Amino acid sequence: MGLRKTVFDNGLTVLVKDVHTAPVASFWVWYRVGSGREGPGVTGISHWVEHMLFKGTPRWPRGLADQAISRQGGVWNAFTWYDHTCFFATLPASKIELEIEIEADRMVNTIFDPQEVEAERTVIISERQGAENDPLFLLSEEVMAAAFRVHPYGHETIGYMGDLERMSRDDLYRHYRTYYVPSNAIAVAVGDFDPAAMLDLIHKHFDPLPATEPPQPLTVVEPPQRGERRLVLEGEGNTAYLSTVFHAPPPASPDFYPLLVLDSVLSGGGISIMGGSSSNKTSRLYRALVDSELAVDVSGSVIPTVDPFVYSLTATVRDGRTPAEVEERLWVELARVAEEPISAEELTRAIKQAKAHFAYSSESVTGQALWLGWSEVFADHSWFEGFLERLSAVTPEDVQRVARSVVRRSNSTTGWYVPS
Amino acid sequence: MAIPGPEEIFCHKLANGITILARENPTSPSVVVSGYLRVGTYDERDEQAGLADFTASALTRGTARRTFDQIYEQIESVGATLGFSAGSHRTSFGAKSLAEDLPLVLDVLADVLRQPTFPPQEVEKLRGEILTELEERAHDTRRMAALAFRELAYPQGHPYRRSHIGYPETIAAITRDDLVRFYQGGYGPQELLIVIVGSISPGRACELVEQALGDWQGNVFSRAPLPPVPPIDAVRQRYVPIPGKTQTDIVLGYPGPSRMEPDFLDAVLCNTILGVFGMMGRLGNVVREQQGLAYYVYSQIEGGFDRGAWRAIAGVDPAHVERALEGIRGEIRRICQEPVAAEELNDSRDFLIGSLPLRLETNEGVAQAILDMVLYDLGLDYLQRYESLLRAVTPERVQAAAQKWLNADAYALGMAGPPLT
Repeated sequence: MGLRKTVFDNGLTVLVKDVHTAPVASFWVWYRVGSGREGPGVTGISHWVEHMLFKGTPRWPRGLADQAISRQGGVWNAFTWYDHTCFFATLPASKIELEIEIEADRMVNTIFDPQEVEAERTVIISERQGAENDPLFLLSEEVMAAAFRVHPYGHETIGYMGDLERMSRDDLYRHYRTYYVPSNAIAVAVGDFDPAAMLDLIHKHFDPLPATEPPQPLTVVEPPQRGERRLVLEGEGNTAYLSTVFHAPPPASPDFYPLLVLDSVLSGGGISIMGGSSSNKTSRLYRALVDSELAVDVSGSVIPTVDPFVYSLTATVRDGRTPAEVEERLWVELARVAEEPISAEELTRAIKQAKAHFAYSSESVTGQALWLGWSEVFADHSWFEGFLERLSAVTPEDVQRVARSVVRRSNSTTGWYVPS
Repeated sequence: MAIPGPEEIFCHKLANGITILARENPTSPSVVVSGYLRVGTYDERDEQAGLADFTASALTRGTARRTFDQIYEQIESVGATLGFSAGSHRTSFGAKSLAEDLPLVLDVLADVLRQPTFPPQEVEKLRGEILTELEERAHDTRRMAALAFRELAYPQGHPYRRSHIGYPETIAAITRDDLVRFYQGGYGPQELLIVIVGSISPGRACELVEQALGDWQGNVFSRAPLPPVPPIDAVRQRYVPIPGKTQTDIVLGYPGPSRMEPDFLDAVLCNTILGVFGMMGRLGNVVREQQGLAYYVYSQIEGGFDRGAWRAIAGVDPAHVERALEGIRGEIRRICQEPVAAEELNDSRDFLIGSLPLRLETNEGVAQAILDMVLYDLGLDYLQRYESLLRAVTPERVQAAAQKWLNADAYALGMAGPPLT
């Protein structure tokens, strides 16, 4: 088992890793474009283009590709987030060429039929309406818009309703033509196959695609935040929520690893980006907020991104308590982590949890392919492979230094969701 | 690895009624432990709804040997997970850890199962958490539509009618003594199933379980038969208005076949064609792809010990509710009236057969498959027979299952969303 990285003549980056634990394989194509690359007027365009890639090409008219994958027992899906749009299928290993062929075809041949664009407009508006039913979506949308003044990370991936109502077929098609090119894409295969034969298969389907210049990189830099930002959102329901976010270092920075440990100590549950599914009942914030009966849960999130993003903390306020009470107690804990180094035991535990979650996240070929592709997008694939080593090198002093620079009032944006 | 069958699944019964199942997966760094206790919402009365799940959640709040903090200190410090959840006929438990930490995890599991103390202060904390969750649910359109559906589809006194986490008034009324009594009456080793899958030899796994639980004595409730679930003979519908929402959620369905029903696989294939295959089957094709009415629309079959729900689920713009319902009813009518094409049946069958290796890729997937085989008495060779069982299903059998369980003119319909004008 080893990882091979190749770049084809047309600019496509290819990562191949053989894993022989089960007779399955996963193939992914990642495009370096997402909502973090969208300007005003076209928010949500990356996600909508992702949907259009399921609407057919001349060779694979709508419905035929997903049926072909299903017939082989495969799972097929796509995701759009801040920095990427990705497509994948996991199949019995002997059938994986089907997905390779479909992805190569729809990278360049998707039709964007105007009628299909209109039918999908209502589907996407429906998706946004479903999200709006959730108070935490509404709160996050407000808080992120306040935290980012310039960078497109400030809008949700689904986009604003006004843009979804107005965007045209030509806008979508232009976006597709600009970003869906081999030089802006990463193909990843992980599974039960011979790696040389797999590379040949990928070459057979993708090498014929024409080379094009990679799209212009985004040059927007979020200016430093100079003062605390706050907002109160009133809405339906009987439950109040609190969300606080801080501008934070990206994964390419050495400060990212201490940030992960900081989050693990504060909000627990292990390393959140690894899908840490542990409970967090011994974390500092659980003890301070939930054990004390101010909140019913608290969670933290560190998302690896290309440009600097935010570290976020969210709490559900317990019936009969207020966001103000939760926030006051939260800041006591945040001050403590900046004032004194975490204990050696806390550090050891955070690293042991990370090791377990890292192992869990690598158990399926789908999970491994996801991490290889994603880390290639925001850093490079060696980020994933060197993750545990760099995390293990973190010291209590590193955590304190990062806490002092990140967890500050003047670097924070806080939103309350208050039932009206 | 081969499809798990009687040759590789280790099975051992203990004198106190526990069945241990184990399968080794030497390539995995982790171990999954999961299983079922013979206690559930079956054993609570309507006015105690939520008692079984409250009890299950309270097990980890303190034992004779460990405080709440100590339990989670041990579990979380090694990156392990441990959880309990009450279902209707069974209460499930699940744990996962690195292989080296399995002895610790089993020790904690046995401790919380055998000597929970239900500390009063912890019970009150937990009650507050459940009540807040119930407040959130009251404003969640998906969950309220599902709840309305249950109340319309199942008879009074049946556990499938009740919310498994209860209602504000029932949770407020449950006392610590109720929890203790429910625990003492219902938690025991009788009929307990436990499966261990991962990088541990079956012999060693069995030894560890026997050490932890082999001398456990306890009780299970005697159970009166459940009220029979009659088929639905008319349209029963309810709309739960929640001001301020932008989308309406729809659950349209029926009491379906139990997992042991002879036509269960016929119904599974019928459901796959109706609302699963490709992009959410025929429902997805009509309601999402052709009409553009919903982001999600699909169908789902529950199985279980009794007549679990068979239902279509969709989230739609409130202005399009009627059109979406027409689309869903139209597809239900069609699958009852016309035999499915042989090709369509083949597609769905190939999907179910082909997806088996994917379901069995992880320890969790293998553990669940083994538990299902034993719980529903399907035989440990069931997965090996699965393909031939599916190949025996014909378009006639699919149609018969549709006609037996579905009806476009008589159904339970729960909806929740903004008030309709």
